[in-house]
Amino acid sequence: MTGEVAVLGAGMHPWGKWGRSFVEYGTVAARAALDDAGVDWREVGSIVGADTVRGGYPGYVAGATFAKALGWQGARVTSVYAACASGAQAVGTARAQILGGLADVVLVVGADSAPKGFFRPAGGERPDDPDWLRFRVLGATNPTYFGLYARRRMAVHGDTPEDFARVKVKNSALGALNPYARYRKRVTAEEVASSAVVADPLRLLDICATSDGGAALVLSSMEFARRRGVTEPVRIRAVSTVTPRYPNTMLDLPDIATDSAVAVESAAETFRESIARAAYEEAGIGPDDLSLAEVYDLSTALELQWYEDLGLCGEGEAAKLLRDGVTALGGRIPVNVSGGLASFGEAVPAQAIAQVCELVRQLRGAAGDRQVAGAHVGISANQGLFGHGSAVIAVR
Amino acid sequence: MSRSRTPVIAGWFTGEGDDFRLLGTRCSACASVFFPREDICCRNPACPGGELREVPLSRRGRVWSYTDGRYRPPSPYVSDPELPWEPYALIAVELAAERLVVLGQTVPGVTVADLTVGMEVEVVPGVLHEDAETTWTTWHWRPTGVAT
Ligand SMILES: [Zn+2]
Repeated sequence: MTGEVAVLGAGMHPWGKWGRSFVEYGTVAARAALDDAGVDWREVGSIVGADTVRGGYPGYVAGATFAKALGWQGARVTSVYAACASGAQAVGTARAQILGGLADVVLVVGADSAPKGFFRPAGGERPDDPDWLRFRVLGATNPTYFGLYARRRMAVHGDTPEDFARVKVKNSALGALNPYARYRKRVTAEEVASSAVVADPLRLLDICATSDGGAALVLSSMEFARRRGVTEPVRIRAVSTVTPRYPNTMLDLPDIATDSAVAVESAAETFRESIARAAYEEAGIGPDDLSLAEVYDLSTALELQWYEDLGLCGEGEAAKLLRDGVTALGGRIPVNVSGGLASFGEAVPAQAIAQVCELVRQLRGAAGDRQVAGAHVGISANQGLFGHGSAVIAVR
Repeated sequence: MSRSRTPVIAGWFTGEGDDFRLLGTRCSACASVFFPREDICCRNPACPGGELREVPLSRRGRVWSYTDGRYRPPSPYVSDPELPWEPYALIAVELAAERLVVLGQTVPGVTVADLTVGMEVEVVPGVLHEDAETTWTTWHWRPTGVAT
């Protein structure tokens, strides 16, 4: 088992469409995390920034951008990018530095300032970029991929649009209780059903928006936490940043085709299942040990897919798990008690960090009306474009 | 003035009418098939590395899943902003012989209401868009039960 690191502090800038620079959101989140940790920025030995592709050059060097905004103090700096998995990469990098003895205290920051409408690829004529190709050749936006997955679930597992709407109803009710969420209004099944179809069978209220937001964590060695008198910190016990294995036979964003299984049989588990398994193995726990899960509900149907990928239920049983209230607050394994992406909208490099912020709040018993009773083990999970696994297991 | 016909991406498909085929590559060592074509080296990690040779893909496959785009996609997708947006369906098609799934637009006029998972479709030549000089060609999926 890998060693643990302590989470001394967590901080966020509220999600929204504020129209300001990602630097501001990240800096606000970082200061909040430092305050929460009771750590002076000048004590931080290393800063890891999760990059954004939307802020120009400062976005590509987010670690240095945030270090400068907080005031240069000579810390080691790292900037990482892994699409939606950038936050987990940043946490993984910070953990490695702490466990490797390179730094005692590391600040992890991610923030984004999102454009209106669909995410789109970078400009120019770039036929060697799969992300450019899927827009140029097919006009395949992110929601069309979510639509394909949702329709597949309907055909294979018998899920219905009403099942998908139930995810939104659950998550919006929780988001209404979260001061950091962008959408604070409960949504009814009727409202989902009457919203416009974006990518059949998914409607506007099935699909997560793109948001501005920022999130940060202060991580430290267990020894540093003890010296600070933090006897029972939330600890990060696993960070899974695995890649797929050939052949990847699931049509993943932004690909136009899957790998072929004609020469090599595909693995028994899918890529997403392997992300969770790697985290469980590293943490020495299984799905039955979880108190809660934060998963990437880019669409309502995708949340259901994660139930199965995390092993919360068998294949095809997710809609039943939801209908039985198992994943609601008060259920056996509440999922997305933060309100999920349904309530936040995605702020790409901040989102995986925000998921961990929610785990921290819950494990500390400080989540107020959203508190999962007796929470002691939480997992966050998502998948970044271009083959990036992302899962974090935190315990207390 | 007649427009020249140019594939939106060179080397991904060839032929006209019934001879139209998607083009991939196949590794001479392990027989792995790649679409879009892989021309650098075989991506099977267990393969010592063979020569990648162009190979036509099966014409017919079955619908793995489908959806549509009800809103105008952003650039670099090309559409006339002066005209109302006409949604089109996208199909992910499973090719049995190659054991892979390929995404594509459906032929014009076929909507999600006409599709089911598991339905047989075939690849046909299609037009992505036209400008003053060029007709940009692509591949389309068409249910085999539908006439040209
Ligand atoms: Zn090979």
